[in-house]
Formats: sequence, C-alpha cells, structure tokens
Amino acid sequence: MLAYCLRRVIYAVPTMLGVALVCFVLMHIAPGDPLVAILPPDASAELQAQLRELYGLNRSLPEQFAMWVWRALHGDLGVSIASNRAVAGEVLRAVGNTLRIALVAAFIGFAFGCLFGLLAGYFRGTWIDRLASICSVLGVSVPHYWLGMVMVILFSSQLMWLPATGAGPSGSNDWAWDWAHLQFLLLPALTMSVIPMGIIARTVRALVADILEQEFIVGLRAKGLTHTGVLRHMVKNAAPTALAVLGLQLGYLLGGSILIETVFSWPGAGLLLNSAIFQRDLPLLQGTILVLALFFVVLNLLVDVLQTLLDPRIARS
Amino acid sequence: MQHAAPASSLKQPLAACAALAALAALALAAPAALAQEKTLRIAMTAADIPRTLGQPDQGFEGNRFTGIPIYDSLTQWDLSQADAPSVLIPGLATSWAVDAKDKTRWVFTLRPGVKFHDGSAFDADAVVWNVQKVLDKNAPQFDASQVGVTTSRIPTLRSARKIDDLTVELGTSEPDAFLPINLTNLFMASPAQWRKKFDAAAGATPADKAKAAWTAFAADPAGTGPFKVTRFVARERLELAASKTYWDARRVPKIGKVVLLPMPEANARTAALLGGQVDWIEAPAPDASAQITQRGFKIYANAQPHVWPWQLSFIAGSPWLDKRVRQAANLCIDRSGMKQLLGGMMAEPKGTVSPGHPWFGKPGFDIRYDPKAGQALMEQAGHSAAKPLKVKVQISASGSGQMQPLPMNEFAQQSLKQCFFDVQFDVIEWNTLSTNWRKGAKDASANGASAVNVSFSAMDPFFAMARFVSTKAFPPLSNNWGYYGNAEVDQLVADARTSFDDKARDAALARLHTHIVDDAPFVWIAHDVGPRALSPKIKNVVQPRSWFIDIATMTMD
Repeated sequence: MLAYCLRRVIYAVPTMLGVALVCFVLMHIAPGDPLVAILPPDASAELQAQLRELYGLNRSLPEQFAMWVWRALHGDLGVSIASNRAVAGEVLRAVGNTLRIALVAAFIGFAFGCLFGLLAGYFRGTWIDRLASICSVLGVSVPHYWLGMVMVILFSSQLMWLPATGAGPSGSNDWAWDWAHLQFLLLPALTMSVIPMGIIARTVRALVADILEQEFIVGLRAKGLTHTGVLRHMVKNAAPTALAVLGLQLGYLLGGSILIETVFSWPGAGLLLNSAIFQRDLPLLQGTILVLALFFVVLNLLVDVLQTLLDPRIARS
Repeated sequence: MQHAAPASSLKQPLAACAALAALAALALAAPAALAQEKTLRIAMTAADIPRTLGQPDQGFEGNRFTGIPIYDSLTQWDLSQADAPSVLIPGLATSWAVDAKDKTRWVFTLRPGVKFHDGSAFDADAVVWNVQKVLDKNAPQFDASQVGVTTSRIPTLRSARKIDDLTVELGTSEPDAFLPINLTNLFMASPAQWRKKFDAAAGATPADKAKAAWTAFAADPAGTGPFKVTRFVARERLELAASKTYWDARRVPKIGKVVLLPMPEANARTAALLGGQVDWIEAPAPDASAQITQRGFKIYANAQPHVWPWQLSFIAGSPWLDKRVRQAANLCIDRSGMKQLLGGMMAEPKGTVSPGHPWFGKPGFDIRYDPKAGQALMEQAGHSAAKPLKVKVQISASGSGQMQPLPMNEFAQQSLKQCFFDVQFDVIEWNTLSTNWRKGAKDASANGASAVNVSFSAMDPFFAMARFVSTKAFPPLSNNWGYYGNAEVDQLVADARTSFDDKARDAALARLHTHIVDDAPFVWIAHDVGPRALSPKIKNVVQPRSWFIDIATMTMD
C-alpha cells in the first residue's frame, strides 16, 4: 500500500512539471503585453524597458522559466504585476475560498446525486426513475452560469432572500458557517453543485442497475435478506466508483469555477484567474494555474488511495 | 420494526419542513438587516480594489475611488458643477506661478495647517518626498510600481525642491503650461506613515524593506483626503471613514462610512443593487435601466471627457488621406440611432471636447448626421455604391472604458455603408489592441488596418489632443498611432504648451481643437456619459462632466 502511494507521488512530479511548462509557454506565446495592466497608454519606451527589467520580462524564456520554477519550489510564486502583492498569498487565499464553496457544492452534489441515482436505479422503469433521470440530465446540461444568473434574478433581485454577490458580510474570508456567512455561500454553491449532482446521479444509477442484476444480489435476496440489507450491499459496491467520480468532480469544481465565481463575485481562484487573464497578470496567472493543478493532482491521489482502501482489488491489480 | 418505519417516514418530512421554514425565516430576515445598514456601499467595475498607496491603478476609476477620497493633490478638479465642464481649482496648493524668466520652473504655495490622517503635517518636504517616490531612483521611498501610472500622466515633471515649509519649486523638462492640470494625478501620501512602515518592515536590503513598507502602507495608508482607510481586504472590500478634521470645511464628509466593493460583472452589480446589497453601482447593465428606475433607483449620467472614436491612419496608401472622406465618415454615422441602441447611455460628440468647453474653439466643420452631404463628399472623392471605399478597423471585443465595442462598431459599419464605405473589422483582445496602439499604423501588428478604435480620456490637453496630433508623439513614444501631424499642428501644440496664463492657454487649446475638428483625424462616434445607479436615499449627488465624482458632499437618509 505504502509502495503504491509512493509510486503515485513520484508520478505526480512530472505531471506538475508538465503543467508548469505548458502553462508558462502558453502565457508567453499569447499576444499582448503583460505590462499593459500597469502602464498608461502613452508610456514611453524607456519606462516600459525599466518595468520590463524590474519584472524580469527582459530575460530569455528558458531563463524566466527556470527562475520561476526554482522560486516556486521555495514557495515564492513572484509578485503580481497588477497589485504588487505576493502571488502565493493571493492564490492561497483565493483557493481557500474556492475550496470552501467547492466542498459545499460537492457535498450537495454528492448527497443529492447519490439519492437520485439510488432511487432511479432501484426503481428502474418507474416514474421515479424517469423523474430522477430528467433531473440528472438537466443538471449536466444546463449552463451553470445561466443557472447562476437565474438564481440571482430570482432569489436576490426579485425575492431579496439571499445576497447576490460577495463572500461575507464584512469581506472576511474565514471559514465561518453562521447564517451571516452561509447566506453568501448558498447560491453559488447550489449553482455549482448541479453538474456533480447530475454526473453522480447518472453514475450511481448505472451502478445500482448493474449491481441489482448481479447473481450475488439474487442470492442474498433468496436467502431472505431485507431491503435494507440489500441496500447496504449495494451502497458498499457502488461507493468506490461514486467516490472516484466525486474526487474528479471536486477537482473540476476547483478549477472550473471561473464563470460561477465571476457571476457571484466570489473571491476565489476562478475570479482570480479571470482578473489575471483580464489584466494579463502573468505571475498571478501562472501561480494560480500551478496551485490549482497541484490541488487536482493531490485530489486524484487521495481519491485513488481512498478507492484502494475501500476496494483492495485495485491494489492487487 | 414495522412500526418504526411509518414514524420515521413522518418525522423526516416534518424535520425537513421545519428546516425549510427556519431557512425561509432567516432568509426573509436578511433584507431587513441589510436595510438597517446606514453605510454607503459602492460596487465598482474593477475586479480588485484599486491600489491604495497614493497612485491608484485601474485607470481613472482608481483615481475616483482610492485617489480623490483618500488623498489630495496640489491642484484639483472642481467637481461641484453638473452643468459646466470641470475646471482646475486649488487643492493642497493655494496658488502657483511659472517663473517669468525660466518657464521650466514653477513655484507652488502650499495650504497651511493641513494634516495627514496619521497626524503628521503636510508641507514642502512632503511634496518633495512624493515627487521623489516616482522620479528619484536613489530615494529610499522610490517605488517602480507607481512610476507607470504617474510619470506618463505628468510627462515633463523632473524635479522638486523645498524653498520653505510652505513653498515648493517644481521643475519641468521643457516649458509646459499643462503641468498644473497634470498634477491632479500626483496624490500626496504621508512620508511619516511610510517611514513608520519602513522601520517596521523586514528585508535584507533597503530596497526589500521599501517594497515591504509600501505593501504595509497600502493596507494602512495615510493621505490628507476627506476619507481615511479603516479596513482593507485585498480583492474584497475597502472601508473608509469620514475625516472630520478635513481641511476644506465645505467637503467634510456627511456620510460616516463608505464601503467599496469590486464587482466586475455588470449583471452581478445590477442584482446587488436591486437586492439591496449595495447603494450605488457603477455602469449598470444597459438592458436593466428600466427595471432599475422602476424600482425607485436613480440613474445619473453626464457627458464625460471620454471619447469613443476611430483614430485614422495617415501613412502612405491609407484610404483616409483625403479630407473629404474623413469628413464624410463623420457625417454618415447615425449617432442618435446608436444612442437609442445604448439605452441613451452616450452623448453625441461635436469634437474631442464639447461645445461650451473652454477648449472647444470655433470649428467650421459641424459634426452631425447628414448622409446626403456625406454621400456628396464621397462622390467628389470618386466613390459610389458601385465603387465603395474599403477600410479596415482594428477593434476589441471588450475592454476597460471601451463601452460596448462590438454592437457600436457594427452599428457604425451599417451607418457608413450608405455613404459607400465597405468597413471590415480586425477584432482582437483588448490588451493586445492597447499594445498595438502604441506600435502604430506602420507596424505589422496593425494587420493592414487603417483605423483603430481605442477610447480615451480627454481630461487634460496632453491626453485629449497633444498625444494624437504632435509629430513628437509618433510611435513608439506616444499615441499618434496614425502618424498624423505637420509643422502647423506642432506649432499649435507648442503655442498651447507655452501659454502660461490660464486664459491664453485655453485660447491656444481652442485654436488647436478647432484645427483638429476641421481636419478630422478622427471619426468621432460617441462620448461616454459614465452611467451609475444610486439608491434614492443618497442625496446631494452632483455628477459633474468629469470622470470623477465627489462623495464628500453627499448625504444619506
């Protein structure tokens, strides 16, 4: 088991380096000038050269990449061109906010996704199955930024029940769970949860349908096991796959929240990415993508380990 | 077991109903709590709080919200009039004059008795210190990150020298009558507060310490403005409190607390206003205007010194070299129709500045919608429906200050079709367009375009005119993208730059503007009106003809 984990950690290193390289190259081949964010339109050539030197943009690309990786290994992701603040601090704070919302969205998505999936699978062919399936298909298909806007129009602009934007009453980004903070979280988290909910529901439905047809279930029923007992066996068999899907979805939630966070002005990694792209703030953009990629890799690792713990056949294979 | 199941199945829905009821009750209570909040909450269009260390970023929205409220400058804009162009008034300097013998030497008399928010005195040393922070690389407080947003807005400033505690001398690289106007962009930060941060900062070298000191200063700044910073949460909010000891009695704030919130998305800002989360939003979503006013909010708008044009190319082979073609384009844009398209949120231009402005002058060419006159000019120039003139314009799909570039440009394209123009667009990303703008029409980045669509500020004569028409402003030095200009225009620019009496300078600028309008190096399409939607409980709101607005004189019910 330990060897398996170590192997997975070692595999993660080239993945991270690849991510760093691709991200760095893509940012540098994109047209435009990163200094546009801080330079006024009529900045002189002398001033541009001075700032280019200050931010190390006058060096060759391999040199810039090597310096960036070396500093990143020491926890220094550079300084944001637009705000002049340390990128590491900015990114960690934003990722913390995204993690907060992603966990809530994942929880909602997992709970309702499993519920819909179980119901649909258990009552195959009935109206319950059809209703649950419609909900899950809608969850996967509806553009979540559109759903976010609908939520805002309904619950904020019209009903005035929940705040439309922001992260908290006083701008604090702590992990408080009281109503004053929770009300800011509900709309974006609900909006964000529809995709994992739909995907998990469809996955669980297929799993349950498959498990119910397997011989051991028929055998268990023949032995007189109650519905609850059958359900327990079903959940145990479906859990590893559902968890794997959840892990992947959590990764997507962390990285793919850019539209939701922009719609709700949620100060997370998505909004930070949006700002960085808009301002062409290269150090911030690279740092955010790197940290998000790191999270994705770590999450995958955790999910794999958890899956292996739940289903020892995986390690044996 | 058989009895437990129904009981459980009843309990669960009941518990769920109770939870939902509690949730609904809490949700319904939320607006009441928000309504009790007396603080003025403003949603900006910026994605981050503009920098708070004295020289804001985020363009003039930065000056509007973290420059003018927190700081003062030697000269300031009069923001008290809505029906006249904003003019220059004394700020931290009570008077100023250029040396009669040496026109590169200015003497400013400073306002006595002004204190920074940290209690230290504002004096000549503070002015010298603030000039050095962006000009003197050897000064401990020099901050390269503030240079970009400052020196290009005050391009000729070279030095500062203390004469006595309340008198300071500023030097320029050449005689420049625009200096007092440009100085509205140099905000005075407290040297004492910075020194305190510097002494407490960690760093191996003085440069590292200085960098850390500026970061600490940004979180806890001290200026002399009507509001002082009480709380700063990066990217989330900035809280300001009224400075009750502000030096200008007329502008001691009536509102106790102001909260600035970055909200870059227009629909999110609008929802925040309608949902009672904020009291003021910048640039509401254009299609929500009716809903906003129906709900009792007020939309303020006024012609801004913000020009949305096509800047034309004058390099060899450009289709705009014929003045008749340039004037025809200006006559064929249906600006009134475009205004309707934008929900009324634009003004129809008559030049770079509007009639009534001291720099407007007396142009002979009247910019208006007259397609027949436009067609006649085009026919004289040899064009017709069968032989249209092909032009290519480099535009962006979005971008800071660019208004609604895609629908507006497409509208202009259709409008110009009736006058035998065949307009093509090269749509590129905003930052790339801005970079290309500096490179000029001769550069490969222009991609064969003969015009570029970049909106610009017309607050000061350099930004409004000189940088577009002077041959000294050819790329890459400044923004004369189209290489427009000649000796006559250069002389008009020089006349304005070297007219040191305010009236004489305005008269010279009026002559320059007259020439520009008559010669039409731009197609003037729209002037921005800076729309903002405010709660009706905010009173004494004056939206001046300016990028800026004065919060200090407002009140709240």
